[in-house]
Amino acid sequence: METKETPIIEFRSVSKYYYMGDNVVRACDGIDMSIFKGEFVAIVGQSGSGKSTCMNIIGCLDVPTHGEYFLGGVSVGALRKNALAEIRNEMIGFIFQQYNLLAKSNLRENVEIPLMYAGVPKAERRRRATDVLTKVGLGDKLKNKPNQLSGGQQQRVSIARALVGRPSIILADEPTGALDSKTGLEVLAMLRELHEEGNTVVLITHDSSIAARAQRVVRLEDGRVSYDGPVSQAPGVGTYTGGGA
Amino acid sequence: MRFFESFELALKNILAGKMRAFLTMLGIIIGVMSVIVIVGLGNGMENYMVDAFKSLGTDTLNIMITGRGSSRSVSEEKMYEIVAEHPEYFKLISPTVSMMSSVKLGAETLESPSVTGVSEDYLEMKQYFLLPGGRGLYYVDIRERANVCVVGTYVNDTYFNGAAVGQTLKISGRLFTIVGVLDIIADSGEAEEGGADDIIFVPYSTAARMNGLGTLNSYMVTLVSEDLATPAKEAMEDELYEIFGADNAYNVQSMSELLGTMTQMLNILITVLALIAGISLLVGGIGIMNIMLVSVTERTREIGIRKALGAKERYIMSQFVIEAATTSVMGGALGILAGFGLSGVATQVIAALTEESLSVSPSVNSVIMAFGISAVIGILFGYLPAKKAAKLNPIDALRYE
Repeated sequence: METKETPIIEFRSVSKYYYMGDNVVRACDGIDMSIFKGEFVAIVGQSGSGKSTCMNIIGCLDVPTHGEYFLGGVSVGALRKNALAEIRNEMIGFIFQQYNLLAKSNLRENVEIPLMYAGVPKAERRRRATDVLTKVGLGDKLKNKPNQLSGGQQQRVSIARALVGRPSIILADEPTGALDSKTGLEVLAMLRELHEEGNTVVLITHDSSIAARAQRVVRLEDGRVSYDGPVSQAPGVGTYTGGGA
Repeated sequence: MRFFESFELALKNILAGKMRAFLTMLGIIIGVMSVIVIVGLGNGMENYMVDAFKSLGTDTLNIMITGRGSSRSVSEEKMYEIVAEHPEYFKLISPTVSMMSSVKLGAETLESPSVTGVSEDYLEMKQYFLLPGGRGLYYVDIRERANVCVVGTYVNDTYFNGAAVGQTLKISGRLFTIVGVLDIIADSGEAEEGGADDIIFVPYSTAARMNGLGTLNSYMVTLVSEDLATPAKEAMEDELYEIFGADNAYNVQSMSELLGTMTQMLNILITVLALIAGISLLVGGIGIMNIMLVSVTERTREIGIRKALGAKERYIMSQFVIEAATTSVMGGALGILAGFGLSGVATQVIAALTEESLSVSPSVNSVIMAFGISAVIGILFGYLPAKKAAKLNPIDALRYE
């Protein structure tokens, strides 16, 4: 997958250290990695491998303590909180394990949130939220509240919310973690579909069989990259056969 | 994100927990209500007082000559002269002589009527009207020290069945002929025993002689306009000072000035009371802050989600401030309604208990002030919780259970 264009995500010896008294916890310890537009990458690792920290940095929820992170060619480390919020809004589409939908708002309102913060006028917001909810197969449930939906449907709402702002990256954090195997597979199929439509998808998981659904695998161990390459050659990456977290 | 959307969101959140929102507002409701009622009560008392003083005449001066040393005094001719010399201030003058005398009708003694000696101008000065069939006091009555009198409606109706003119009564053993009857004076339109209509007027010269006074020492002067009360009072005092050479020999009282002083005192009292009531607004504000802090903790995850999706700190901030302000303003609005309601009830209760017509009337100013203060309190006390919400770290907030 090596091309000469600018990577959309580029880690240059990114480290994240937490200082606890005299101890230094190295959550990420000098990670180098490039992800290009249109890729489908799985970042795999056991708990404590640094994949959550890695995802927080990619998603601009956190900044590295050392090294540099370029998102679309722009160094993120030096940006202020408001600028980070803007980047999250425009460039990142989050899909969380726990869906993270607002319980008091209906589906359309939930999907509208990123557009609201982007300052999109109400009428357009409604149209786009309706479109994208229809696309994930929930066009008939616009006024429902999240708790009236199954887990798989809720995750589809959160996919819709991730897509609605047309972000540069879809960042999915254990998207099948709370789902049974069948709906888990459906969600993964949907992510593949998004990838085939040209979206850049980054999948964070502890499960090698889920990682196998991606094109490329980045395996993290103790805050370092232990493998970076195509799925086919990744050690210990089998075929997803179902089963949640 | 526009203001209106934040407002919509806030309204939705408030309406989602009506009971809680109501209890949060309660402090503000009670505070605003009590401020409005207290200020309304103050207005009512002021109006009542103004009315009471008006009936005494705010366009008059009352002059008491106490004299200095043994003999120095001022003659009634001199007083009339002073009034005539200042037509820019004074209209009419009448000596007033209060009589502590018993009134007898045949064998019956009347305790209640007040007997006052006045001049022929007095009825005009007080704007009292005579019922047809009678006359007022004339100058000749004064000059001749005639034993004639004018009585109030109460006396006429109660003792003479409405036909007092031509009848007689005894004042301190002296027989007086009733020459006129006054139309009703009391504001209430109802003559009462010991009230404004239970009166008898006699010529001041007659009264002075009966009291054994050589000189008159009490006068009433009417003014061209009540706005001139202060300069007129000063002019009168200057004249009297010239006569006596001392300022402790006389006392000039202006009802209008007295009213001003009393109104001022009442206003201070009401302001202090309103401020005390205002403390409950402060307590209400703290209640709002408390609930908003709880709300921020409860909604930590929501805040995390919003931040992850691109909400800047100022959006989160404004969302919570607007929510607090909306709660507070809704409380203020309810408090205004409750204040008007209670004012109405208070008016009824006062009327029932005291038989006085004191109307508790909330002023527009107090309503605007109460509303403004409640909005400011919402913003002020919403600020701290909103700041806390805005500063939450999105990673921690997302992980919050």
